[in-house]
Amino acid sequence: MHRVLGDRRAIAILLGPALLVYSLIMLVPMVWSLGYSFTKGNSIDGFTGNGFANFSRLLDDPAVRHALWFTLKYAVVVTAGQVVAGYLLALLYVFFLKRASALVRTLVFFPVVLPTVAVGLLFQKFFQVAPQTGPVNSLLNAVGIDSIDFFGSSSSAFWVLIVMDIWRSMGFYAVLLFAGLVDIPEEVLESARLDGATGLRLVRHIVLPLSLPVLMSSLIFSINGTLKAFDSIVALTNGGPGNSTTPLTLYMFQTSFTYGDYGYGSTIAVLLTVVCLLVSLVVFRVSRRDLTEG
Amino acid sequence: MAIDTPVKATAHQASPGPSAASSRPRRRVPFSKLWVKIVVTLLLVVEIYPLVWMFLTSLKSNSDYLNHSTWSLPTTWEWGNYAEAWTTGHIGLYVRNSLLAVVPALALILLLGAAAGFALQVMVWKGRNLTLLIFLAGMMVPPQMILLPLFTVYFQTGLSGTLWPLILTYTGTGLPLTVFMMATYYKSVPRELFEAATIDGAGILRSFWTISVPMVRNALLTVGLVEFFFIWNDLLIALTFTNSQDLRTVQVGLLNFTGDFGATQYGPLFAAICLNVFGTLLIYLFLNQKVMKGLTSGALKG
Repeated sequence: MHRVLGDRRAIAILLGPALLVYSLIMLVPMVWSLGYSFTKGNSIDGFTGNGFANFSRLLDDPAVRHALWFTLKYAVVVTAGQVVAGYLLALLYVFFLKRASALVRTLVFFPVVLPTVAVGLLFQKFFQVAPQTGPVNSLLNAVGIDSIDFFGSSSSAFWVLIVMDIWRSMGFYAVLLFAGLVDIPEEVLESARLDGATGLRLVRHIVLPLSLPVLMSSLIFSINGTLKAFDSIVALTNGGPGNSTTPLTLYMFQTSFTYGDYGYGSTIAVLLTVVCLLVSLVVFRVSRRDLTEG
Repeated sequence: MAIDTPVKATAHQASPGPSAASSRPRRRVPFSKLWVKIVVTLLLVVEIYPLVWMFLTSLKSNSDYLNHSTWSLPTTWEWGNYAEAWTTGHIGLYVRNSLLAVVPALALILLLGAAAGFALQVMVWKGRNLTLLIFLAGMMVPPQMILLPLFTVYFQTGLSGTLWPLILTYTGTGLPLTVFMMATYYKSVPRELFEAATIDGAGILRSFWTISVPMVRNALLTVGLVEFFFIWNDLLIALTFTNSQDLRTVQVGLLNFTGDFGATQYGPLFAAICLNVFGTLLIYLFLNQKVMKGLTSGALKG
């Protein structure tokens, strides 16, 4: 019988097109980009090889160091915020709202599907100080605080970015973690309660360990996404003020398309890829160990 | 993982503890209801109010926006802002471009993805696990790693002035997740079904199309929704490959929204943001359970 399901011609017909498109659009360009990182130039002026010059430039470039630092800082803070906010929401859904939570879940999830560009522009206007005082600043004015130019300093711009990303995605992580919490057998919770565990102690000793697997997948998913964040930052701050909120993704884009330096742009892309793989690897190993011990 | 599994009913079987436990009603944690209500209300205000504010602002005239409090209702309801955004602001053109890029890409992703998922999960051959892993690798790598070679190729083959670069790139980047999710869905379809179909004289290609595709119809809709949101909301790829205004997608157009206005017109700008948001809102309104399920299951498998 395996002859039918092992029919080579059929496999080729079914798998071939997808594998071909995937190879041409993703695999080949990845290797090609690696090749670009040893060159200088762009697709209009042509390329010339320059050995490891891009890599030594990468090591000395303060902008790269800043972008790398910003990427990591942003990824860690947003990931922590998203997962913690999502977890708190999930606890709220499971333990307080119970059956009534479906509507709240659906409403809080909603911003996830909104176009990031639209959300970015919306937050820009929501936090703005000029030409019109936005809602956040007029709220501050109402309680007697002067308007803050949120996008004028790097630290406040950073926090608006964080707030926006958590606003946008906490409903997503809430639903993800909710699925994990619902799977905890009621009998386990009930017997823990009989043993006197309530409130925070119940969460810490029973709920948290039992939801660790889904918590870890959320963490991996979140860090993997935030390291690659581009749309939200471009739409909200476009890397500014100056280059203070420029992550590697945006720095790569500017280097390549604003300054036409594909060689160096590819080198930054390689760095970004290495960072993504390293972080995934570390998180994966740590989570593995935790799971086997826990 | 089922998202909307109801909280499992308390099983009050033999309760060995003190009798107080069995008389306690289902409300387990002695927090006041009021506290929960306040939190939920605050949460909903925080999540929903920005959208309400955006909608109200989209109906204001420019002077109304600049001179009145940000909390006020529009003094005159300028529905014309939407027409302005659509025509003078070119949102109509951008929506058309987005549709022309997203719909073919989505069709290709689903067709190729379903076929590849079938070949990788149902068919039996050496190396299929390795092939699946190769597809998986595509989900880890940032898209910045593929943009420049693709740009060069599109430029040299003369595709740059068309929407083809978008369609092709979206198809390629959408395939890993789709193949992976489809392969997972095919796990629940028993192989014997296809073996039986073969005995009845159907070729394997035919049973893929007439038996397996209808069986995973639901999965196709779910994966299609997930990929739709990814592609429709994409900025990076669209920004890279749309080199003229005539090719801009909604997201790129919105980012550069000045249209033929000269100075920024706030009413039409907000109207444009609203139009962009309402499209996804409409889909979410009808299919929210599917969307939630699809997006989160994509994450759990990733």
